[in-house]
Amino acid sequence: MIKNIYNLGDAALYCDFGDTVNKETNLKVINYFNDIRKKNITGIKNIAPSYNKLIIYFDLELTNYKNIKDTVENLDVSTFEAAKTKLVKIPVCFDDEFALDLERVEKRVGLEKKEIVNQLISQKYFCYMTGFIAGMPFLGDIEEKIRLDRLETPRIKVPKGSVGITEQFCNIYTFESPGGWNIIGNSPKKVFTKDSAKLTLIDPGDEVEFFEISKKEYSKFNEQK
Amino acid sequence: MSKNSFKVLRPGINTTFQDLGRDNLYHVGLPFSGAIDKRNFLIANSLVTNREDDAVLEFAYQGPLLEFSGSQTSIVITGNVSFKIIKKDTSEIKGECYKTYNLNNKDCLDIISTEKSVYGYLSVKGGFQINKFCNSYSTTVRAEVGPNDGKKIEIGQTIILNTIDSTIKKSLEYSNSKIEFIRVIKGTNFDYFSEESVKDFTSKEFTVSKLTDRMGMRLSGPKIKNLKKTNIKSEGLGKGVIQVPADGDPIVMLSDHGTIGGYPKIAVVISADYDKLAQCPPGEKIKFKIVSLTEAENLYKIYTMETKNIISKIK
Repeated sequence: MIKNIYNLGDAALYCDFGDTVNKETNLKVINYFNDIRKKNITGIKNIAPSYNKLIIYFDLELTNYKNIKDTVENLDVSTFEAAKTKLVKIPVCFDDEFALDLERVEKRVGLEKKEIVNQLISQKYFCYMTGFIAGMPFLGDIEEKIRLDRLETPRIKVPKGSVGITEQFCNIYTFESPGGWNIIGNSPKKVFTKDSAKLTLIDPGDEVEFFEISKKEYSKFNEQK
Repeated sequence: MSKNSFKVLRPGINTTFQDLGRDNLYHVGLPFSGAIDKRNFLIANSLVTNREDDAVLEFAYQGPLLEFSGSQTSIVITGNVSFKIIKKDTSEIKGECYKTYNLNNKDCLDIISTEKSVYGYLSVKGGFQINKFCNSYSTTVRAEVGPNDGKKIEIGQTIILNTIDSTIKKSLEYSNSKIEFIRVIKGTNFDYFSEESVKDFTSKEFTVSKLTDRMGMRLSGPKIKNLKKTNIKSEGLGKGVIQVPADGDPIVMLSDHGTIGGYPKIAVVISADYDKLAQCPPGEKIKFKIVSLTEAENLYKIYTMETKNIISKIK
């Protein structure tokens, strides 16, 4: 299932699941991730799943690349049951105040705002991974009609809660951060909770659905503040 | 009896609580964080007879000015740091790193600056009265988690110290050395770069730019030319990973780095040289040298042995 394993530096294993980014490949990554976590393998300190890669960090004082590689290569995850996933509904306000890149998106994809929003909220998305900043979900795939490249010059500060699109993906900026995605709305929902028992609202493998809220509803929804 | 505490009269540029870092949360987007210079962190806690994983205050460039209130406490500063203690009667003691000092009520500790380096550490006997977040005392400012509500130390705030039964007196002969090369292992996208650029990368000098903080270090020097593609599918990153974006200037990921990135990885700094690289201030020139995985593993063994050896010399 893992195509290739390399070392990333001297304290991490870089597992490559193949070149294509799709749900099938990503589910394999997530299954490996869940399985390795459950097995509590000595020396493993951290695991970073992404679209088609799994990076496993280990404690160089306790183990080494060869040992962890042998362990991971011999894992049998084919029988592992699929992780439990959930559907998360996220409110988004598409008011002009929040839709920082609306004009650019309209021009590039050749659709008007109403249609862009309808396309975005008309389907469920799959969460490929979370990260970059804490809790940020990488969701896909959005309709081909509304796909476009990231900004030529990234923003230095993307406001917290911003909902952005780029290529086949959409995401939510869980914190103010630099970033280059096309921002078309903002969610007042707290996606990273800081509750150590349950840090993230959306986990890899989950399904996400956006629903539109008005500016008035947004301001009443004071969770983010 | 009131608790021992520090009042923050000046917070310093980037002063945070740190420990050995936070494991197992890359998948939610939280990096390891933790003290950037692990060796100096461990020495600091050993000098005041704290546990290895107790929290310290890490500062960068200019450190904090702290007024002590309470009965008495012992402190130590490690790194390459200029500091002084201003006694209640306004007399001043010039501080020496790697030597413990006792503070009495209303003494001030003025951590002036780190010298020819970036990070320094203040450890207090008995540690600070703070809470762990997900098993760690490390503050990750960008995600607003960790002690002090996930924030840097701020002016006017009070830092509560754990009370101690007795003070101590310890010291260590030690000075931080520089190394000629920062050793790296080839990255997973090493073959994306032109032959000439690979040669430049391992033979020419790079300068640490001002765009450097706990998240990452941007370098300038010969432009690294990518022949294949300047973006890869976003994937995990780690401490010491060197990414090269389209502009050709390498970025080294440091302890608070974003956990996912889409730039090709030319190399990874070996674990043994991470402290030394991260301590290079803006303007400093560095050179990279490629080593094998086996060499890197051996160098890390030597690094940990040296650290233990240094700590064993504490008197």
